[in-house]
Amino acid sequence: MTTVADENKRKTQPKTQAITRPKTQPRHQARQAKPAARRRLVVIGNGMAGARAVEEILARGGAEQFSITMFGDEPYGNYNRIMLSHVLSGEESDADIFLNSLHWYQDNNITLHAGVRVERIDRFTKYVFANNGHVVPYDVLIIATGSQSFIPPMDGLYTPSGSIKPGVFTFRTIDDTRNMVQHAQQDRPPEGERSAVVIGGGLLGLEAARGLQSHGIDVDVVHSGGHLMNAQMGPDGGAILRRSVEALGIRVHTGSRTTAVLGADKVTGVRLRDRPDIDCDMVVVAAGIRPNVDVAVLSGLHVERAIVVDDQLRVVDEDDIYAVGECVQHRGEVYGLVAPLWEQAVVLANHVTGADSTSAYLGSRIATKLKVAGVEVASMGLQGPERETDEHILFSEPSRGVFKSIVIRDNKMVGATLLGDSRKVAYLTQAFDKGLPLPEERISLMFDLGGPAEEQGVAELDDDAQVCNCNGVSKKSLVDVVKGGCNTVAGAMDATRAGKGCGSCKLLVKQVVEWAADGAVEEDPAASYYVPGIPLDKPSLMAAIRKQGLRSVSSVFAALAPGSAEDAKSKMGLASLMKMMLADQYIDERDARFINDRVHANIQRDGTFSVVPQMKGGVTSVQQLRRIADVAEKHNIPLIKLTGGQRIDLLGVPKEDLPQVWADLDMPSGYAYGKSFRTVKTCVGKDFCRYGTGDSTKLGIEIESRFQGIEAPAKLKLAVSGCPRNCAESLVKDVGVVAVEGGRWELYVGGAAGAHIRKGDLLATVDDPEEVKVLTGRFMQYYRENANWLERTYAFVPRVGIDRIRAVVVDDTEGIAADLDAAMQASVDSYVDPWTERDGPLTPGQFRTSLPLTALPQVPVR
Amino acid sequence: MNAGHNLGPVDQIPFGEGRAFGVAGEQVAVFRLRDGSLRALSAVCPHKGGPIADGTIDQELVLCPLHQHAFRLDTGCSTTGAEPLGSYDVQMDNHQNIILRIAAR
Ligand SMILES: Cc1cc2nc3c(=O)[nH]c(=O)nc-3n(C[C@H](O)[C@H](O)[C@H](O)COP(=O)(O)OP(=O)(O)OC[C@H]3O[C@@H](n4cnc5c(N)ncnc54)[C@H](O)[C@@H]3O)c2cc1C
Ligand code: HEM
Ligand code: SF4
Ligand code: FES
Repeated sequence: MTTVADENKRKTQPKTQAITRPKTQPRHQARQAKPAARRRLVVIGNGMAGARAVEEILARGGAEQFSITMFGDEPYGNYNRIMLSHVLSGEESDADIFLNSLHWYQDNNITLHAGVRVERIDRFTKYVFANNGHVVPYDVLIIATGSQSFIPPMDGLYTPSGSIKPGVFTFRTIDDTRNMVQHAQQDRPPEGERSAVVIGGGLLGLEAARGLQSHGIDVDVVHSGGHLMNAQMGPDGGAILRRSVEALGIRVHTGSRTTAVLGADKVTGVRLRDRPDIDCDMVVVAAGIRPNVDVAVLSGLHVERAIVVDDQLRVVDEDDIYAVGECVQHRGEVYGLVAPLWEQAVVLANHVTGADSTSAYLGSRIATKLKVAGVEVASMGLQGPERETDEHILFSEPSRGVFKSIVIRDNKMVGATLLGDSRKVAYLTQAFDKGLPLPEERISLMFDLGGPAEEQGVAELDDDAQVCNCNGVSKKSLVDVVKGGCNTVAGAMDATRAGKGCGSCKLLVKQVVEWAADGAVEEDPAASYYVPGIPLDKPSLMAAIRKQGLRSVSSVFAALAPGSAEDAKSKMGLASLMKMMLADQYIDERDARFINDRVHANIQRDGTFSVVPQMKGGVTSVQQLRRIADVAEKHNIPLIKLTGGQRIDLLGVPKEDLPQVWADLDMPSGYAYGKSFRTVKTCVGKDFCRYGTGDSTKLGIEIESRFQGIEAPAKLKLAVSGCPRNCAESLVKDVGVVAVEGGRWELYVGGAAGAHIRKGDLLATVDDPEEVKVLTGRFMQYYRENANWLERTYAFVPRVGIDRIRAVVVDDTEGIAADLDAAMQASVDSYVDPWTERDGPLTPGQFRTSLPLTALPQVPVR
Repeated sequence: MNAGHNLGPVDQIPFGEGRAFGVAGEQVAVFRLRDGSLRALSAVCPHKGGPIADGTIDQELVLCPLHQHAFRLDTGCSTTGAEPLGSYDVQMDNHQNIILRIAAR
């Protein structure tokens, strides 16, 4: 028994640990093996600077020299703070922004105290004191405490009990961001729109505004400066930026200060100095940052605006204490962006490890290149001319939101601001950094005037020119990985992290990689695979399946996968493709299906399922409604919900109840779970509506009857509207049909109004509803045969081009229309309502619970 | 020695799928790979409690159905950065029964 226990324990340890030390030798023994050989390095602050400094130290053999302990106030590993704006807007999941996972600390033998604050340093006895009672000795100490949000004084910020008023947020940490997202999503008032006021019109404020807007929140930005982003640009640029921001629907109030937050126990608005109050239920304070210097002050270190360091990043008058990042003041400068801290971390590591004792940090020239609220912004040096003799070159095109300003002194560039067009930024940054002589034709500083200048631009760049400012990646680092054999853009980005910050440099990264590979840049081969586990694109995969007569997913792996290895991530895509190709000739292996397709229902967060019966065209009857009501009552359905696709959703059904629920409903499946044809939304149409010109309901029902359940690379949602008022929202559907005057019907394809919004392209206008059905089927078949796995029509249609699709589907220029129609007909003919499986499970335990000891449902019962 | 728990005939699990069992107060997902061999992991995803037995598998990995975190079938370690799943020793006896051993803690 003990052997089993040991075996299990070892098995459950992360594999990576086993690599760093022999499996049989526990960690403490390894430490005791060479006592006192390693000095103790303690790092306060586990943010971007602290973790980067440690990475640089490890890269210089620091693991041999030091045993490393890190304290971080935030209860996580180090993450990319810059990406918080993307997390706020929902473009990025908070899980994806981590730079150092907890495993990284383990793998490098770093003791991480996450969620622990250091309160004091004793610089004489060399101990740090943490708020959880830990007292840890150090030989070398690094302070990297970063900054916190500055909260300007105003009334009403706090509740009487002294806590910050609910609805007021700062924007600095992952927790701040999660709280905002949660507030934005969950506490939606029953009626009316959500609205927010962002205090501060700098980088952070604008990013916050844009992020909140993507949650459907109405946003006002209040900025005390005379124009937006006044730290980076002059009034002219600010005015253009304002236009761009306002065009996004964000209201801007400059030259105005917030004096109070209104509301008794939660936010109801803000009061401005000399302007009317603004109503809102959320306030985000983004009015600047203040370095975190409490620990340093309390411990008697030299602090002015921030912790003062010398050119070696050593705290002034201290031998063994260094500081790095935003908490640092160097030669009078305190920085608030990441680029300088990469440079600082290198110098610091050179000294701490002794790798290069001549290394010196001389300050950073701040050339920022950012994407703020979707607008490209670059700024460096002076905002405008300061002397009579300064040359000022100015280009302004407000309607496109483009603004460029360059200041030249003695034929050297001393400042530039670029908005809305960053094509010349790399070159200008270099000219600014190096003081390069400038071309006589000054306009070529701003624009490429003919010729292959873009290419030249990359070739001209210095090796150490920074390509990615967010992650501090130079041209040389990129070139090195390409020369080292990595010649895909995605690969080079992964290897260097270039382009993984704000993303504004992606184009330049691509150009550099292409230039370095000298034309030999490869498309990332895997990017073209239909599924990750089979190295073939869709046409080759389909050809191979046909040629070899493969009929099941397992036979595809056996014949086509490297080493004949199965791949879980590929199964669902293959199953769908083969069902489409082979219809009733397909040998259906249940393990290749995703759970939803094994049990014909949509899995919910607690492992229960949702049941959506078919309700063609959104039309139901007394009998159906009565039956659904009875079923819901009998099975204690926790939530009965109308879906966006005009059906009724019964949520929270345990897996083992599914067959009985289907039997009691005795209605066919509505396919609300698959990568398949889902539903046809209809408006009432001409039989009832006084505007209607076509019988949209009838046509919708016919389309749904014909194409029910056919699988596709991604889901298909359709709609039919009875007139151009478009009550069924046909313009934003995968296939949308609109009746127009004269008994004609318009067909739109490639529309979307979900995570992406796209108006569909007009495919054809036809006279006859039968023709609508033919073209709908033919388009969907063309999509099924040619789209990538999980590629919705809103991506497929623009990729292929509506003209080409029209040529194939409507005009039959390739002569394949009859084949497409026949293939679709075969799929239609092989349709079987999956809910008939209730009468006899197809596999043993098909509907058995997968959480036998958990009482389901765990979702709330309404 | 721990004789192990007999979970009954292996036929309860189709090839390439998993089924969950409650064993001595623990929830265990047992998988029958397409080559016929068995693996056993704890049945509850460490990420957000997803039902691991409903996952898609190959010879190496199981993907949690809720957010597609991947776990090694032999060790339970995640290849996508989640916390690991517990893993169990599981075998078939001469009568084609599933024998699961739960380590004492
Ligand atoms: C939303 C947002 C967007 C941004 N966008 C950009 C951008 O596009 N480009 C750009 O260049 N920069 C951007 N920045 C700025 C950039 O994130 C910072 O410059 C960078 O994070 C500074 O790194 P740091 O390590 O000095 O501080 P931080 O990353 O703040 O790390 C400091 C860490 O120390 C911890 N800490 C503090 N005191 C203690 C203590 N006493 N004990 C233990 N731990 C402590 C803190 O909790 C924190 O985790 C952005 C910042 C934000 C908030
Ligand atoms: C279709 C794909 C996905 C969907 C629909 C999805 C959905 C969700 C949902 C609803 C949450 C809960 C949010 C909350 O209430 O806090 C969540 C959290 C999370 N997801 Fe996903 N997810 C998906 C893919 C992924 C993937 C691929 C990963 C990682 C590999 C992932 C990692 C996470 C993490 C780490 C959290 C937890 C964040 C936290 O609360 O700490 N997700 N996801
Ligand atoms: S789209 Fe036209 S026909 Fe249909 S309900 Fe609206 S107004 Fe009536
Ligand atoms: S619950 Fe398993 S991946 Fe989220």
